[in-house]
Order: sequence, then C-alpha cells, then structure tokens
Amino acid sequence: MSLDDFYRQNILDHYQNPRNWGTIDHPDVSAEDSNPLCGDRIRMDLKIKDGRVEDVKFSGTGCSISRAAASMLSDEIIGKTLDEVKSLNRDDVLELLGIELGPVRLKCALLALKTLKVGVYGIQGLKVEDES
Amino acid sequence: MTSTAAPARRLDVAAIRRDFPILERKIHGKPLAYLDNTATTQKPASVLKALDDFYRLHNANPHRGVYLLGEEATAAYEQAREKVARFVNARSARDVVFTRGTTESVNLVASAWGRKNVGRGDVIVSTEMEHHSNLVPWQLLAEEKGANLRHIPVDGQGRLDLTNLDALLDGPVKIVSFTWVSNALGTLNPVVELTRRAHAAGALVFVDAAQAVPHMPVDFQATGADFLAFSGHKMLGPTGIGALVSKREHLEAMPPYQGGGEMIREVTLLRSTWADPPAKFEAGTTNFADAVGLAAAIDYLTPLGMDAVHAHGRELAYQAIRLLQAIPGVTVHGPPVTEDRGGVVSFTVDGIHAHDVAGVLDREGIAVRAGHHCAMPLHARLGVPATARASFTIYNDSSEIERLAAGILKVKAVFNR
Repeated sequence: MSLDDFYRQNILDHYQNPRNWGTIDHPDVSAEDSNPLCGDRIRMDLKIKDGRVEDVKFSGTGCSISRAAASMLSDEIIGKTLDEVKSLNRDDVLELLGIELGPVRLKCALLALKTLKVGVYGIQGLKVEDES
Repeated sequence: MTSTAAPARRLDVAAIRRDFPILERKIHGKPLAYLDNTATTQKPASVLKALDDFYRLHNANPHRGVYLLGEEATAAYEQAREKVARFVNARSARDVVFTRGTTESVNLVASAWGRKNVGRGDVIVSTEMEHHSNLVPWQLLAEEKGANLRHIPVDGQGRLDLTNLDALLDGPVKIVSFTWVSNALGTLNPVVELTRRAHAAGALVFVDAAQAVPHMPVDFQATGADFLAFSGHKMLGPTGIGALVSKREHLEAMPPYQGGGEMIREVTLLRSTWADPPAKFEAGTTNFADAVGLAAAIDYLTPLGMDAVHAHGRELAYQAIRLLQAIPGVTVHGPPVTEDRGGVVSFTVDGIHAHDVAGVLDREGIAVRAGHHCAMPLHARLGVPATARASFTIYNDSSEIERLAAGILKVKAVFNR
C-alpha cells in the first residue's frame, strides 16, 4: 500500500474538516474515552429522538486516523436506531476508513467506536477490539 | 561523560551496519532507518549466535546440575555477571542481580528495600522527567506505607531545575530516584551532584540508567549511587534480561524480593533462610540464556569504546536538531545543542499529530516513536499530549538524519502544512 493510499484523501478530508465537530448542550448520551498509549481523547455527544440518533457531535484530540474515524462514524450513525448503533463493529469502521491497519493504529481507529459504545451501553471499559 | 573530554575515536558505522542483519530489511520498499533505539535496539549477529550456540551446545539449568552441561551453563551465567560488573564498574559481580530489566529492578528495590525502610510520613523523591517505570513502583510503595512523594521539577528546556533541591530534600527523605538520561528528551542529569546532595540529606540514591549504560561510559562506583538499573534489550542484547547493581550492604540487609528456588539457604515447612546475594534476589529459574546474550552484547560494545559510542549518538542528535529546527513549524523539545546530551531528539510538527508524523515516516522506511514515551507527567509539563521521537545508536549514520528531515517535509506535504 502506498503512502497516498494510506493517507487517502477522504481520511485527510475528514481529519482536516471533521463532520459533526463540537459538543451538544444537554445531550441524551455523552461519553468520553482515551487511548492511554498516545493520550488521544474523544468525547461523543448524542441527541436521541424516538429511539434514533437525531444529532451527534464529537470533540477531542487525536491523530488523523482517530479523528477521521470519529468523523465518518458520526455521519454514519445519524438516523440510526440505538440497536443499530450497538451492532456497529470494528469491520464497519475499517470499511468506512477504507484501509488496513496494524494492531497499534487499530486502537486509534476504534477509539471513537469504543467511546460511542460506552455511551449507548452506558458501560465503561468495554473492549471493542474483542468484538468481531 | 562531559563534552570537554578529549575527542573520542570515531565509529566505523559502515562496518557496524553489516553486523546487524535486520538493517538489510526494506520497509514499504525503502531501506530501514531504525530511529527508535530508546525503545529497543536491534541485535548484532554475534548476539544472535551467542543465544543460538548456548541453546544448541550448553543449555542446562545453572547452579543445579553437576553434569558437564550444568557446569558449562553455570560458568556462562556467572561469566555474564562478571562482564556486567566490569562494564559498569560494580565493586564485584556479587553486587549484580540479574532481573528482567530496569522496570523489575525498580520494583525490586521499591518492594524489598522500600517495605523495610520506608514508613508513614517518610519521603520519596523522584523527578518530573521520569519514565513511568520510575514513578509507579514508588507510588505503590508510598500508598502502601503512607509515605509522601516529591518531584524535582523540569525547566522549559527539559533540564532538572535544582533551585529548590534543598527544600525537596528536607525532612525524612529515604530515597531519591532519578534517571541518568531522559528517555524522552535526551537530557543528561548531574548524577554525581544529585547523589552527593541526596546522601548529605541522609537519603539513598537509585539511578535509572536504562538510557545511560547502552550509550555512554558508566562507572557505578564513581557515581556514588546506591542502586543502578538497566535493560539488556536497549543495549543490543536480548529482551527479558537486565540488571540491578547495588552497594553490597544494601543487598545484604534487604529482605528477599520473591520467594522460590535458588534464593534459599535452608527451607523447612514453616520458615526458610536466605542465600547470599545476588542469589537471594534471583528466585526460580533465571533467564540465564539471555544473560549469556547480554554478555555477547557487552562484548560487542566494549571494543567500540563507550566514549566513542556516546560522542556518535550526541553528534547525530546535534545534526538532527539543526536540520529539524530549520524546518518551519517543527519544534524540538529538550536541551539546546550547546549542551552534552544523549542521542534522543523529540519534536512536534505544528498542526500534525505525532502519530501521523510517525505514520508518514514509516511509509518512508523511517521508524520513530510517537506518543508520550511512557513519560506522561513530562509531556504534561511540556504542554504537548504527544511528541515524535528519533533516537540513535551505533549503527545510525548522518544519511538517516537527512532522510528524517526529508521525511518530515513529506509529512508536511501530505497534510498540506
């Protein structure tokens, strides 16, 4: 895979122009998580209406992979039911990113999903990597 | 140890490179420029052969079998201990305890010495620039004993700020534990001065020499320190082997660290007596094969001259700092080029996360570390969540530093900065 593939234009685009960036006042769901390996931190706020994600905003610090994954994921979940959000797994995130990742960068890619699941399940310490 | 020393002879880097098989690898189609030597170093063929020979020809559990293989394995293990002792000028091989590495050495002292000698209200002093391995074991001890932790602060250029050292050393300070060379910034700390002042305050001294022993001359007795620790895998040796070097009196007085075979003199069902050090601190079957590998690493480093090894790493660091500082948007952290230092250069690129810097450099075949380098408090002090770090050793050359600088220009181009 060449450099240009790895840093695909859509990843750079989501990194430099993140969708749904920010926070929500009085969110129905809010979760924050971090990657202790690199100090990346993501917060995700959700507005839920009739069991569906009406709005989502995310914020935090992170590398291009972690921020692009969060941005793409935020776009993906708008309009989805909470059950649909719960069923998202790491393959969905990798499909959104469109690249293959080794085990170290995978943690960057999955931070947003992990944070999102912590929010919708209301469970801390969920290991998203263990799901398949 | 200082920049005023006579110029050391230069390393023959081209010849050295031929001894390291992994340097022939291509990474994403490019030659490997391995610049993460602070994390772990690559291994010369002589170390790989020593491990292979040991397992093929001499393998047996030391200090147990009276048969020939047992005698050979025992001799090889104890010769490795002798080599370590000479390499860091310990008073005797009996003052060298083999451990898994620096982390276990810190834990050994915090546990065995600390539990006996640190009590409620006592003080443990460390610094803001420590690796987590020299912070967390003391935190565990302080929590268990109700002791207090103090930390020598770091100034804006990554040096220890000793302005208020007297106040920090005032009171029931039991031990002062600090790194000789910062793994994150390359700062060289004044080991002799810190040791003298800690001793004057009645405290013992533990030196984390994980980044010193691999890269510069280390004379344990000249430091005056009570304990000194390092890891084999950071000095061309195998993983899982390192050492704790100590003044004999402490090893004699300390209770054991772990219980098991080999560390005992006599065992009954209800109580036991201990073997003499260092065996007292080496419970169970030791990592003897990797100790033999560590000895081979010392055999490789010694003829190069540790003064020359240090000068080489420092010159590469200076070159890297000059080239990187000339790139707009790049900030180099740590002491300036006017000071003696280790071969470690940490930097950030404006608007680009360290992971992305390292990610693009990887595609150029350049391996650097990105993150907090197991020094989160130091990064909090520097005000950056993560840095990229290039660190050098004997097989790195100036063409790799030039590739690093060119790689950073590529990073900026990819991210349109």
